[in-house]
Amino acid sequence: MTLIDYLSAALLIAGAIFFLAGTLGLLRFPDVYTRLHALTKADNVGLGLIMAGLSFQAESWAVAGKLLLIWLLVLLAGASVAHLVARGALKRGIRIWKR
Amino acid sequence: MEALTLLEWGFDGLLGLGLLWLAWRALTCPELFKAIVLFIAFGLLMALAWVRLDAPDVALAEAAIGAGLTGALLLAAFAKLSLVTGHEELKPARSEKNRIRFQHYWMPATTLLLVTAGLFYVILSLPPYAAGLSVEVASNLDTSGVSNPVTAVLLNFRGYDTLLEMVVLLLALLGVWSLGDTTIHREAAPGLVLDTLARVLVPLLILVAAYLLWVGAHAPGGAFQAGAVLGAAGVLLLLSSWRPHADLIAWPLRLMLVLGPAIFVIMAVLLYLTKGQLLEFPPAQAGILILILEAVATVSIGITLAALFLGGRPRRGKGQA
Amino acid sequence: MSAPFFYALVGIGLFSLGLYGLIVHAHLLRKILALNIMGSGIFLVLVALAKRTGEAPPDAVPHAMVITGVVVAVSATALALTLMLKLTAETGRAELPEKGRE
Repeated sequence: MTLIDYLSAALLIAGAIFFLAGTLGLLRFPDVYTRLHALTKADNVGLGLIMAGLSFQAESWAVAGKLLLIWLLVLLAGASVAHLVARGALKRGIRIWKR
Repeated sequence: MEALTLLEWGFDGLLGLGLLWLAWRALTCPELFKAIVLFIAFGLLMALAWVRLDAPDVALAEAAIGAGLTGALLLAAFAKLSLVTGHEELKPARSEKNRIRFQHYWMPATTLLLVTAGLFYVILSLPPYAAGLSVEVASNLDTSGVSNPVTAVLLNFRGYDTLLEMVVLLLALLGVWSLGDTTIHREAAPGLVLDTLARVLVPLLILVAAYLLWVGAHAPGGAFQAGAVLGAAGVLLLLSSWRPHADLIAWPLRLMLVLGPAIFVIMAVLLYLTKGQLLEFPPAQAGILILILEAVATVSIGITLAALFLGGRPRRGKGQA
Repeated sequence: MSAPFFYALVGIGLFSLGLYGLIVHAHLLRKILALNIMGSGIFLVLVALAKRTGEAPPDAVPHAMVITGVVVAVSATALALTLMLKLTAETGRAELPEKGRE
């Protein structure tokens, strides 16, 4: 494995750790809003790291550009959907968790 | 490498067991909303299984149609169901009459266990290597007009099946339309985020659909995947309370719906009259003919899927926006 | 047992789970969910058995059949959901009646 492969592997593992943290947050946080927070924050950075790791293995700049576009689209969709879910939860009267 | 095979086996085993576990949870979850969401997650894991089995075309179709669009349809139906039955569906089914009693389920369970064991035996007694039709497909691929074997099979070698499938899609829409109407007035103005998301994403989705249509000739992609992306754009528009102009729902909508099957049938008839064989493309023009068929199929499939999501025959309502 | 056969067995398992859910549940939306899971199981069997070509690329004909199947399944699901909503509007409940109750 060359240096590029080691770098890709390290970025992919870091992205996987972020996804693991997001999943732990989904399972353990007390209410909808904190779970949304954990999911979007961890998944955006996690997906970015995975895309970075994959783009080192890409054959051409076009493929790396497509990976970047995918990440930006997931950022856009993820943030918007998190907002919509939180707004829907507020409308249904789900209260924010206070200690 | 031994370690790589062990890793592959670990991944395959986890994926297979995850599929079975998610399916079991989706079927036995007492809350219906949770069951639908688990089913959507199951569809996404299936897309992973398709990639693992070297079927990227099927993975694209499953992720877009099987997980995405089916999930949207189920959630929309669940919302309408909750309106009619008065929010009963949100409560978990824990009453006595809903709990499945043992004498009601031991017979189907044991019968199915026997059937499953029989099917396991049948599958395991199949030969481990079988080329199937891949040899014939590979040897005829350069006369088919495209270089992606799945597109060649879908639109050239088994084009008749695709024609019938598009008619089935149209028939399902006719069935949905015959069961009720929906008015096309706006229900409520969408919030700023949903509005902006729709405005940004829908042109991008149309572009991606055109790209998938073009690239399907030589890479994973094709008419069904592109049509599914167009359908997703339509669903996004419908969710952000966009409704077509009243003049467009009369014959322009119906024209675009039947465009795919109609052009397919016309081309089949023309080929039959000129060459004597149903849907046999001449090798020189096969590429262009496949592109035309895929383009009209994409438009028809996209609009049919979005119309299926709307759930009723659109008619002019009172007080349109 | 190689990877294609493992996925084929998983597909059979999904088919059986779906059929069990279809028989046992009375609620119509759960029946539709079970039908979809049965369909996914059958597609998995088809595509897994298409991968038995060894080192060569997999057989493309079952892939085309499964893509067709996915599209037909979604259209059947849409029609089934509309029928269920019509039934609920007429009778007020989305479940099949229990034996001996109606």
